[in-house]
Amino acid sequence: MTTSTAIEPGPETLDARPALLTVENLRVSFGDAEVVKGISFTARPGGCLAIVGETGSGKSVTARTLVGLTGRGSHVSADRIDLAGVDLRRASGREWRSIRGREVGFVLQDALVSLDQLRRVGDEVAEPLRLHGWGNRRSRAERVVELLDAVGVPEPEVKARQRPYELSGGLRQRALIASAIALDPKLVVADEPTTALDVTVQAQVLDLLAASKERGTSIILISHDLSVVARLADQVAVMRAGEIVEFGSAHQVLHDPKHAYTQALLDAIPSEHTRGTRLAPPADGVSDVPRVRKIDRDRPVLRARNLVKVFQGPDKIDRTVVNDVSFDLFAGETLGIVGESGSGKTTTARIALALTEATSGDVLLHEKPWSSISAAARRTVRKQIGVIYQDPLSSFDPRWPVGRILADSLRTGSRPPSSKTEAQERAVRLLEQVGLTREHLTTAPLRLSGGQRQRVAIARALAPEPGIIVCDEPVSALDVSVQAQVLDLLTDLQDELGVSYLFISHDLGVIHHMSDRILVMKDGRLVEQGDAEAVFAAPAHPYTQRLLTALPRLAQA
Amino acid sequence: MTILVEVPEPAVDPAGSGVDQRPAARPGVRLARRIVWKVAGAVAVVIAAASVTFFAQLAVPGDRATILLNIQTGQHQHYTAAQLAPVRKEFGFDNPLVAQWLRYIGGVFHGDLGTSYTQHRPVTQVVGGQLGPSLIITVGALVVAWILAIGITLLTVKRRPVVSALGSLWETFTACLPQYWVGIILLVIFSVDLHWFPVIGGTSVKGTVLPIVTMAIPLAGFLGQVTRDEFEKVLDQPFVTTARTRGQSDTGVRLRHALRHAVLPAITLSGWALGALLSGAVIVENIFGRPGIGQVLVTAVSTRDVPTVSGVVLAVAIVYVIANLLVDLAYALVDPRLGGPA
Repeated sequence: MTTSTAIEPGPETLDARPALLTVENLRVSFGDAEVVKGISFTARPGGCLAIVGETGSGKSVTARTLVGLTGRGSHVSADRIDLAGVDLRRASGREWRSIRGREVGFVLQDALVSLDQLRRVGDEVAEPLRLHGWGNRRSRAERVVELLDAVGVPEPEVKARQRPYELSGGLRQRALIASAIALDPKLVVADEPTTALDVTVQAQVLDLLAASKERGTSIILISHDLSVVARLADQVAVMRAGEIVEFGSAHQVLHDPKHAYTQALLDAIPSEHTRGTRLAPPADGVSDVPRVRKIDRDRPVLRARNLVKVFQGPDKIDRTVVNDVSFDLFAGETLGIVGESGSGKTTTARIALALTEATSGDVLLHEKPWSSISAAARRTVRKQIGVIYQDPLSSFDPRWPVGRILADSLRTGSRPPSSKTEAQERAVRLLEQVGLTREHLTTAPLRLSGGQRQRVAIARALAPEPGIIVCDEPVSALDVSVQAQVLDLLTDLQDELGVSYLFISHDLGVIHHMSDRILVMKDGRLVEQGDAEAVFAAPAHPYTQRLLTALPRLAQA
Repeated sequence: MTILVEVPEPAVDPAGSGVDQRPAARPGVRLARRIVWKVAGAVAVVIAAASVTFFAQLAVPGDRATILLNIQTGQHQHYTAAQLAPVRKEFGFDNPLVAQWLRYIGGVFHGDLGTSYTQHRPVTQVVGGQLGPSLIITVGALVVAWILAIGITLLTVKRRPVVSALGSLWETFTACLPQYWVGIILLVIFSVDLHWFPVIGGTSVKGTVLPIVTMAIPLAGFLGQVTRDEFEKVLDQPFVTTARTRGQSDTGVRLRHALRHAVLPAITLSGWALGALLSGAVIVENIFGRPGIGQVLVTAVSTRDVPTVSGVVLAVAIVYVIANLLVDLAYALVDPRLGGPA
């Protein structure tokens, strides 16, 4: 089936310019599995086409096909792949190499490893120049400094001599972009260029790509995040399972979506508007019942008083990662902690869990000493506080089936099951509570999807019947539609069980959607705290204001 | 064609996370400090090895002076105290144990390892004269093994499935070959049949080729396996994709990017490999009739010449320590990340 009929370019003013890249009926398969099923699109100079989709939609494969790097064992066919009049379907290996870097720049997601860790940043940025015979060693070195300066890297001469691991994530991403635009290519393909970056850095990187677009470069932006796309794209293609299900101007797709899938994706994005509502359509047909909130402001279940944590680095220099942090978590409440990487939020969570010892300050659990008592004494009360991590897979024993994981956790609770049958029955009840079934008892975690794993992690956290659950970035690794289901689940469980959440996330949208009150952390300090609505409506601290300005919003499209 | 874009200063602390940060030591200073510690550690290891060999001499059953006289006279008998006294005095057996130990340790750093019971020459002379030929073939074997391992890996890893499988098979096959078998096969083919190399080589250049190759082949297989594993992993890394999107060729990716990462495990193993080659050199030396430390060791063990045995053990230990120092240095040069991967 071809969906190319649905893809008539919208009435854009850009249409006046001839297309730089034209792709028609592109199909990519690996073995018998077709992952891209006949898609068509065009990219114009000075324009940005965004291809949006979730895991497995085929968006990254499409991106790589545009530079001839689809991968081993792939089969590519298309009616047309033209880049500035050149038929890329017939390009030889040598022709591809002269196109890559010169005609098409490619920006990968930074995961620390997108740059060669053992080489200097300058050598990495200079590589396309060297490969395409630009200048000599000295003129290339000068050009690298110019490029790094142009993408906003401070002290470019110094940074060029450093290695990627000595730079922050934002600077590495800038260096990657500098390398991709070094030869001023007509087309830049950016595959998730801002994923894993803090929101303020993300905004800067998007501005950088926007500047490149202003100069006439054509940009193809690949992303899972519709709100990131809103900031840059002129046209948006929504991909699902290898097909483009919706194509149109960014404004139309993001504000007046025609396809139900696009609508569902947009609805799933947590934000200020989604507070108190469900993000995903209810699976069992239950209508949207208003939330039942039972917050008891007289009963703090967890109190942190003046927490300080100092770590000594390998260079014998002390770093204060948590600096005088105090908060109360009340019964039935969600307290959100938001901050960028390195702000100390995870360390705070670990101190709250008594997994990390605070340098000073203490934590009270149900008004009784918790962090200050011995590990043996803690073991008997440990069941009152559970935890959910970002990556549940690494917290499961991979050889244990789900049933055993849950049974093991049930045993640590206040009502340990007296028999194997009882353990199994209660494990099934837990699975049903988190939207899984009896069949999953015998499944190994490796065979579960990301969302199912997080459900098992939630079930395991619930097993000892804790009053508090610490959620450390519980949805950061999930697709937006799965994230929506997991967030809905957490809210339902709170209504049902009255459990309190200490909810940590870098995502302001998620925090806003979930939290009753929030703490904003920066460089180990609490810079702002208060009711979520109040903080988001009128942030008092300049840092919070900056975070909120940098936050990509659909409304900007 | 300069591009000037107004971009705000990054809000991220470029040196990492955290506050209260004072400037860290410069990389050069850090490296120097690391080397000083490594050398100090190496000296400590040598002292420890010398102490163990010294006390092992004492642990040999029987009175040392009696053994010595019996070895020299070729008899098995007891001697009177008067007969033993001059020997005891000559070898210092009558001093307190601690004094003997300190003298031995001090001697190690002055090149004095005592006197051989059988040859009546200083052990340093006996061992030192033979250490050279052994070092030549062990170092030579290590170098040849590296060349073979890297060459074969570069040519075969992640190529067409048949080529990769052949490379992998060759490594597995050679890695499990015993040296004595390889040596004899090479000797029969190249010396006896083809007459390319002498059968009894001695220390001539021509006679050194086959011993080196004999020791290099199994080691190359082993180093190749490790390098191949790492190479395969590295070729799947995002930075390799980045390099390709810049127009880098397959050969360029392998040589300029992947190789440097892929050799790291093999570098780590090389220190161990050199020590193992040196202490195992006796087999090859026997096959090719080469003088060397291995021969010295075998002779000394069979004649119960304890000081010479100790001398050989200590010499191997020192070579091992130096090799590991060089490995650390090589690792730091290839991978400048502080401490490297654990």
